[in-house]
Amino acid sequence: MALDNTIDQPGERPAAPPKTWSAARITGFVLCGLWAVLGLLLVWSLIRGYDAELLERYAPRMLGGLWLTAKMVVLSIMMGSALALPIALARISTSKIVSKLAFGYVYFFRGTPLLAQLFLTYYGAGQFRPFMEDIGLWWFFKDAFNCVMLAFTLNTAAYQGEILKGAIQSVPKGQREAALTLGLSGPVTFFKIILPQALITALRPLGNEVIFMIKGSAIASVVTILDLMGTTKLAYSRSYDFNVYVWAAILYLSMVETLRYFWDRMERYLTRHLRMPNEN
Amino acid sequence: MWESLGLLSFGAEGWGDELAHGLKITVLLAISTLPFGLALGLLVALAKNSNERSLVLAANIYTTIFRGLPELLTLFIVYYGGQIALQKLIGLFSDVYVEVNGFVAGMIALGLVFSAFSSETFLSAFRGIPKGQPEAGKALGLSSFQRFRLVVFPQLVRLALPGLSNLWLVLLKETSLVSIIALDDLIRKTHLAVGNTKEPLLFYSVACGIYLIIALISSKGLNAIELRVNRGQERT
Repeated sequence: MALDNTIDQPGERPAAPPKTWSAARITGFVLCGLWAVLGLLLVWSLIRGYDAELLERYAPRMLGGLWLTAKMVVLSIMMGSALALPIALARISTSKIVSKLAFGYVYFFRGTPLLAQLFLTYYGAGQFRPFMEDIGLWWFFKDAFNCVMLAFTLNTAAYQGEILKGAIQSVPKGQREAALTLGLSGPVTFFKIILPQALITALRPLGNEVIFMIKGSAIASVVTILDLMGTTKLAYSRSYDFNVYVWAAILYLSMVETLRYFWDRMERYLTRHLRMPNEN
Repeated sequence: MWESLGLLSFGAEGWGDELAHGLKITVLLAISTLPFGLALGLLVALAKNSNERSLVLAANIYTTIFRGLPELLTLFIVYYGGQIALQKLIGLFSDVYVEVNGFVAGMIALGLVFSAFSSETFLSAFRGIPKGQPEAGKALGLSSFQRFRLVVFPQLVRLALPGLSNLWLVLLKETSLVSIIALDDLIRKTHLAVGNTKEPLLFYSVACGIYLIIALISSKGLNAIELRVNRGQERT
């Protein structure tokens, strides 16, 4: 008896159904078209509004502002992360007083607008000028940049602390227990076993926090800081050329997207041991 | 120290009534932004969830822009750009001078940002609904709108609520930005009070306290809503 092998052979894949002009497709094309038109309009407006004199006067300032923005973000994120670990540890501390205090700190900084915190530091410090001068701290608070850095650092420390706290708690209990069984000391367990695993969980939310800081740093312009936003406002108030806002938008977007891209790359690299070989 | 607390009283002497008025604007702005941002966010999420590639692309461009721009810049672009665009549009017909309302500009800018973030929340909620649910609806002969309204949407609300609660708290704080375009919200009123009384520490602390209280009330309310939408769920 001849076996009919053909029955097990996979047949030809049926041809994809012809694409019809469904409502979704039409809407999609119209919306993409709208974005394209909007993009072209912007490019046209930038080209038509090209003004060599304006560019010469404000482009270096805006680039300087961009640099200042980057500096503020990097500094506040780094100083904030130094504070974040103690805050996270205090949050999960078994001591009621310590954990309540840390909770209060985090609740305050996450529950009030960054703008209000900035004003509180900037104008609030000014109220105590004589006192500050007496204890020799006035040199720090008389510079708006320092006030901004203080407010930003305390703010991001609260957010980062909360991220770290969640990440540390997400490490399975068995890890700590295994370390205990092996006779490892507390600090070794924490720094060599718990923290590395927690940091991997925290990586993505921390990236988001950096992006929030880039965006949030724009409000420093309100207290006379000439960051990217500040220089843009200045250029607009002198030239009334709306294109400067478009330029600022492009610069901010490229900053955020570049960071997102490299952060993704970094995350993929750091979690390479967690993926299956056939996953890419 | 204590005599300065009189500055917070209501009436001609104190700034209490001014602050209350600012608080009203802040809450009103947040509440009126919410439905606009939610509806737009849901539409964007529907677009991202569709099979049509062009729709996904258009929606992704939207979220990339409004999630990546600083809120303050979005606000300025809507406020000043809207002014210019509206003026040009009206200039085609007549020469009336128009001024963009700060409240409306704030509503639009915050709504755009809110919708970009909420679309992500809605999208992950969409992905959390088992495929069998709308399929079963289809098998029962429900139309696609009925499937969305009766089967998908109630589950969507439950899954998206925690994320949306967070976004609401963020929105409340972001309303403070409208003070920069001279809208009389809580922060601006506080600022004016400080300018007059030279008591920045007192007034900004009070403003922060008020924000904390609204956040506290909001989380209480949101918890109640969360309990209600989860009432059909098993308790763990």
